[in-house]
Amino acid sequence: MRAPVISSWFGRGQVAAPPDIESAALRSDRFRLEREGEWRRLEDILARMERGGLKRIADDDLVALPTLYRTAASSLSVARETSLDAATLSYLEALVQRAWFQVYGPRQGFVRWLRGFIFGGWSRAVRALWLDICVALFVMVAGTIVGWLLVARDEAWYYRLYPAGGDDPRVPGASREQLLETLGHDEGAFGLAGFAAQLFSNNSGVCILAFALGFAFGIPSLMLLVHNLALLGALLWLFNGQGLVVELAAWLSVHGTTELFGILLSGAAGLHIGRAMAFPGRLPVLEAAAAAGRRSAVVMVGVVIMMIVAALLEAFPRQLVEDTASRFVIGGTMLVFWLSYFILYRPAPQDAG
Amino acid sequence: MSAPQTSAAPGRDAKRMRTLVTPEGLSLPITLAPRGARAGALIIDVMIIGAVLLAVFLGLLWMVTGMLDGTSLDPDQLSKGAAEFLGILLTLFVFCTWYGYFLVQELGPRGATLGKRIVGIRIAARGAARLTPEGVIARNLLRDIEIFYPLVALLVLTQMAQTGEEIGVLGWVMTGWFLLFALFPFFNRDALRAGDIVAGTWVVERPKARLAAVLSAQGAAATAGASEVTGVRYDFGEAELSIYGEKELQTLERMLRESRPEALAAVHAAICRKIGWDPGAGDERAFLEAFYAQLRAKLEGDMRFGKRKADKFS
Repeated sequence: MRAPVISSWFGRGQVAAPPDIESAALRSDRFRLEREGEWRRLEDILARMERGGLKRIADDDLVALPTLYRTAASSLSVARETSLDAATLSYLEALVQRAWFQVYGPRQGFVRWLRGFIFGGWSRAVRALWLDICVALFVMVAGTIVGWLLVARDEAWYYRLYPAGGDDPRVPGASREQLLETLGHDEGAFGLAGFAAQLFSNNSGVCILAFALGFAFGIPSLMLLVHNLALLGALLWLFNGQGLVVELAAWLSVHGTTELFGILLSGAAGLHIGRAMAFPGRLPVLEAAAAAGRRSAVVMVGVVIMMIVAALLEAFPRQLVEDTASRFVIGGTMLVFWLSYFILYRPAPQDAG
Repeated sequence: MSAPQTSAAPGRDAKRMRTLVTPEGLSLPITLAPRGARAGALIIDVMIIGAVLLAVFLGLLWMVTGMLDGTSLDPDQLSKGAAEFLGILLTLFVFCTWYGYFLVQELGPRGATLGKRIVGIRIAARGAARLTPEGVIARNLLRDIEIFYPLVALLVLTQMAQTGEEIGVLGWVMTGWFLLFALFPFFNRDALRAGDIVAGTWVVERPKARLAAVLSAQGAAATAGASEVTGVRYDFGEAELSIYGEKELQTLERMLRESRPEALAAVHAAICRKIGWDPGAGDERAFLEAFYAQLRAKLEGDMRFGKRKADKFS
């Protein structure tokens, strides 16, 4: 670990003027003194860029940056062949490397990236994962059916899947009225915003987990999907017993179409990484994993946005709208919106950055 | 030359050296960050986040207390909307701080969080690729399952165990999980953690070098070997200059730049013994400057004709 250089934080020491070129006895040192001014200018621009981004750089400095970078790079390759001054060589190596980080660094900041992401990047990334999405969808449907069948065979499974709190009425044997009551709405808007924030934080945590677990060849991601959807299956079975399955579906669909879609995407993103690591194809494993990781990271940012939307839907419309048909309309509209955004929205890719 | 070794063991540093080939075809040496530095940077970052969150939490708490005071200490009269608003603010702030802190800073021009900057490291794309926002996002999302998820789970399990609940093998599973990812960087050559693999990044030392003074423009080197102290002119012959190579030259350069008198005296004596001169005393620096300048002039001259002499043995 290198000790922090405090002096580099507070004001830079003034650089002494370089000695006269003629005073240097060696040809390689004269070479250095002739170019030193440009190196220092590059260093100064780099220091300002690193400190404050592009806004503090004058336009002509910004235009000069690539030229200065190439000058420094060619100085370095000449110096390597003609100079034995270790200090100059290591300075040039560090300088060229720093300039390389800026010239070939991330081309856009977070805000610009986000704009490109919403207008095209997101839906493109989702479409690139189509196979994983199909697999994840299959697993989710299978999970729901498994949940239903397990509980239908043995009610004890219900408690294992859904460890209900003390006063949760949603247990086997509950009456129709009790169940219907859980689908009702609260008295007013009070407390819902806080509820939404909690939901968002919780749900996106689950989604990020499903994504990150994909690292273990995708299997834990799929297990997480099965577990979550088995719960849904059990709930469906419970309400079906009292003939309330349509009402439950309406209640769930308000936020569920968004939330389950998000969970689907995060599971697929995890699976995508796992699949790339298990079957890297022609690429080396590391490169395949990196390419898959970057593609799915884009999807994951989208999932977080979907979770925000889902939490808002879950907290407000679902609790405030009681009519089954209206609930279906809201949920269906969201589903149509997401599907058309991902499948039909295909703007031409801008500069890939 | 009886040069004292530098403090850093060259073998360990050499293991962390990689070569980066720029699009211009120039190969640049790049040093991977030591694992200890990365752990230190993470600890600093977590401490900063923790401190900020604690401060915000205390600030909100203070506001709630202020509101309580306003209602003459009757919690029932407290405006529920206001309390709820503060709750939302806290939840969202925690979320944004947790993910935004790493994301925004690593996407910035320095490619490093505050902790990384303090220990002098930064992230970069592996190979000569461009660092992308996607990569930065991927590596930061994975940090959760690598470190924080198992740690939080372990903490919860410890609490549960203390209250007498049965936790079974779950504790061992979580410990195994944590160790698997925490030790991951020790089992690959480039010290990658799982997030680095998925993102295609690695962590390197931040290049930092100041331009040192021109040695051949100062002291006896600039005056063709004439000493300012004694007025003697040091002039070395072909035979005397041909005993050393580039490695010795650069060691001598480092000692001249560090300019520790006792080291200079030792080198002076060693060189004099080697070339058969009678070592005097008091004018070591001028002697060495002259020797350095003339040795370098000779070696660089040979270099221009394609003749290189790596060290004294070649």
